[in-house]
Amino acid sequence: MRTQPSPKRSPHKKSSRREFLRTLAFGGACAAAFAAGWLRPVRLLAAEWNKAAFDAKVLAEALKSIGATSATDSDQIQLKAPEIAENGAIVPVEITSRIPGTQTIYIIAEKNPQPLVAIFDIAAGLEPFISTRIKMGESAKIRVLVKAGGKFYVASQEVKVTIGGCGG
Amino acid sequence: MADAMKIRAQLQGDVADVKVLMFHPMETGLRKDPISGDVIPLHFIQRVIATHNGKTVMDAQWSQAVSKNPFVNFRIRGAKPGDKITVSWEDNKGEKASIETTLN
Repeated sequence: MRTQPSPKRSPHKKSSRREFLRTLAFGGACAAAFAAGWLRPVRLLAAEWNKAAFDAKVLAEALKSIGATSATDSDQIQLKAPEIAENGAIVPVEITSRIPGTQTIYIIAEKNPQPLVAIFDIAAGLEPFISTRIKMGESAKIRVLVKAGGKFYVASQEVKVTIGGCGG
Repeated sequence: MADAMKIRAQLQGDVADVKVLMFHPMETGLRKDPISGDVIPLHFIQRVIATHNGKTVMDAQWSQAVSKNPFVNFRIRGAKPGDKITVSWEDNKGEKASIETTLN
């Protein structure tokens, strides 16, 4: 007699679980649509900021998030950065890519708390050249990735930082 | 937001050399207020978009590791006098600014 209610409750449990999963799936679908930009309110900017890649605390994770698990060394990427940066808060970086069809330039400071610094999408009409200033927490390699024709190319340079530029 | 940015564009042949300065703290979220000791929250420019006569030529995503008061230099091909170049940014708090210049 006492065992009777238990199987009765069980199907009820299952259906509520199913409902829960359905809600979850719907939520997930909404999130996906949101990410794809379907339900997004009108904004100034087009694509989504790559949170996963920027939040990554390990280089390999950041590379995975931008889809660059493998990259070919290239002497067609010119990377200008100081060998010694006295102030890690301002490290000038200049990149020129001679790789035909350069689509995107990524700047990575390997030992920063979050290694990925910036992503520049280069549309037709822009020279594959970017010059900017970045912060470096400590001496590390600056790695520049170039995406061209769906492939990744890489160049890097060691920068010695005298005073780190992350905390204070 | 009149003083949020500065832009300088110079035409060299048919290439416009554009230099932009944005006035922004670019807080990493790691710094502490020297007096109160409180952590200064993350506050940084996330997106920067440049257009040439209304067409997007550069679309950048940034982290908090771009230097304070960010500087960026880029070059636009096929430019001529009278062309309009705009640069706009948006930060992680939804603040925005933009600036336009005309090539001469």
